Amino acid sequence: MDGATTAPEVIAEEASTSVERPLARVPLVLNRRSFAWVTERISAAVENRAPKWWWIAFACTVALAGIGLFCIGYQISTGVGTWGLNSPVGWAWDITNFVFWIGIGHAGTLISAILYLLRQKWRTSINRSAEAMTLFAVICAAIFPGIHVGRVWMAWYLAPLPNNYGIWPNFRSPLLWDVFAVSTYFTVSVLFWYTGLVPDLGTLRDRATSKVRKFLYGVFALGWRGSNRHWRHYEMAYLLLAGLSTPLVLSVHSVVSFDFATSILPTWHTTIFPPYFVAGAIFGGFAMVLTLMLPARALFKLHDIITLQHIDKMAKIILLTGSMVGYAYAMEFFIAWYSGNQYERFAFWNRILGPYWWYWWVGMLFCNCLSPQLFWNRWCRRNVFVVYFVCMCVNAGMWFERFIIIVGGLHRDFLPSSWGLFIPTWVDMWTFAGTFGIFLSLFLLFIRFLPLIAMSEVKIVLPEADPHYGATPGEHHPVAAGGKERT
Amino acid sequence: MKTPYGHNVYAIAAEYRSAAALYEAAKRVRDAGFKRWDVFSPFPIHGMDEAMGLGKSWLSAVVLVGGITGLLTALILEWGPSWILYPLIVHGKPFTWRVVPAFFPIIFELTILFSSFAAFFAWQIMNGLPRWNHPMFNWNRFARVTNDGFFLAIEARDPRFSEKETQSLLEETGGEHITIIHEE
Repeated sequence: MDGATTAPEVIAEEASTSVERPLARVPLVLNRRSFAWVTERISAAVENRAPKWWWIAFACTVALAGIGLFCIGYQISTGVGTWGLNSPVGWAWDITNFVFWIGIGHAGTLISAILYLLRQKWRTSINRSAEAMTLFAVICAAIFPGIHVGRVWMAWYLAPLPNNYGIWPNFRSPLLWDVFAVSTYFTVSVLFWYTGLVPDLGTLRDRATSKVRKFLYGVFALGWRGSNRHWRHYEMAYLLLAGLSTPLVLSVHSVVSFDFATSILPTWHTTIFPPYFVAGAIFGGFAMVLTLMLPARALFKLHDIITLQHIDKMAKIILLTGSMVGYAYAMEFFIAWYSGNQYERFAFWNRILGPYWWYWWVGMLFCNCLSPQLFWNRWCRRNVFVVYFVCMCVNAGMWFERFIIIVGGLHRDFLPSSWGLFIPTWVDMWTFAGTFGIFLSLFLLFIRFLPLIAMSEVKIVLPEADPHYGATPGEHHPVAAGGKERT
Repeated sequence: MKTPYGHNVYAIAAEYRSAAALYEAAKRVRDAGFKRWDVFSPFPIHGMDEAMGLGKSWLSAVVLVGGITGLLTALILEWGPSWILYPLIVHGKPFTWRVVPAFFPIIFELTILFSSFAAFFAWQIMNGLPRWNHPMFNWNRFARVTNDGFFLAIEARDPRFSEKETQSLLEETGGEHITIIHEE
């Protein structure tokens, strides 16, 4: 591959001759790539002319985003009646979409912050694009609470601003907690993402050939020069931002779940919601990371950086969090029975046999609980088509889950006289589709103008980055030519 | 110090072949007693802070101050309106110590928010960034620092700096392309 030196038998040899390392580690970057190769391959995606597929994809997603923005404009100018909302279903696709998108963001922060604290070095290949995905997903999420209030121009009431009516928001309301949680989450994610980007923007600045590029990348690189006196403070800031983001990401979906858990509605009023929502968010988010990364990996030929090992590990996280979600579903049913509360019991019978029965059987049971179980099998975790299939199931399943929780809880409450059904309108559907257009357009712009893999971080995991590289005989072997490296 | 052509000298710099070579060279320069010098690399090198004789970054102290500021801001922001400006009884719960946990989420969020801003601005201000230019960028080879170049520079204003001896120290440690960097 590209004239690189590779070796299969070296690893076996290494394992037998090296006393210090009885278990040879599978390298995170395959085929013994050099620092310059990493720079070259990742910068090329930004520096080369946009490929044809990029223009076609971008045109489609921008068109979709345009339809979505039209629907949002129509909804704002006409009213929330353009959606299928009614009494008793006052929250439907709007809040479903909000929870869906905000959940997707969580995987990016898990990868960038929690895996960093846990010293999971494989995260370096995927953290940049996962963090970008987080930002774009939170942007899509933030649209819905804003417009679902109906009178968007009154949205400033959410902020605790002194005003001449002397009215202040209720700080004890979960809805206000949500405003603070989501806006803090977005802001901190931007700061963390940009901090990580600065050294790579320096790379693009130093490689830039045109004056405009040099100026723009130069401004955003802040004059970065790779000084170790800078790295010292930079790494401390990065560590602390990771440490701050970790409880933050766990809090965000917990707060989102409080919107439901602090109410008195059957199926909403449960203490299991915060961990259940957080696990579900990471589950759905990892599926979306893979949905975006697998095509990007193939299109930009990043197989040596995003290896099967990375896909395997992400699949294992999907399996873990998917099983936690499955456990939470089972526990909800158990508690509904065990509590002896007739409303709670009815709500769960209604969930599996009521008018939205197939949402549960297809979305929650098949997509969320059963499909990730394929990942117990190593072959399935390493086959990109199987992985893609499961990710698509999870993407859909997590949306269905949120719909079932929200509309399933609302449409049949305590009094049968106030029962109803929710039927989405074309505005509902195209607004949701439009957010996919916004999300994908932003992601396509990101891979065009910013390095989609953190170059400076990937370089750290190369063996040559070790200050003691080559110092101990027998620890690092040169690689013989020919053959393929074990992945 | 000036060159024969009248340029002010910023530093003498050398390039090294690998992170390991730079690491060993940094230890030698530290032991030689230099104070105003720096190494440059495309990624942070593990253990380089000790090799340069630098301690732990004190940025964490700034972040702590940021966090405390955020916490106090949240307390004032929440309790001011809820207690004094606009007391509101919701769910039949007046404002007593029993409802204090309901204020925790926003206290938590603002603590994180202010700490993160402190970390973000502190790493830039403590590093003297952003800045438009730097003498090191006058060296053409230095463009590789963000790719695969490893550099070490000893500044002319270091009290131990002398053109010949500093140059020979860099040569001994395996430095290549030893160059005098101009101020402007």
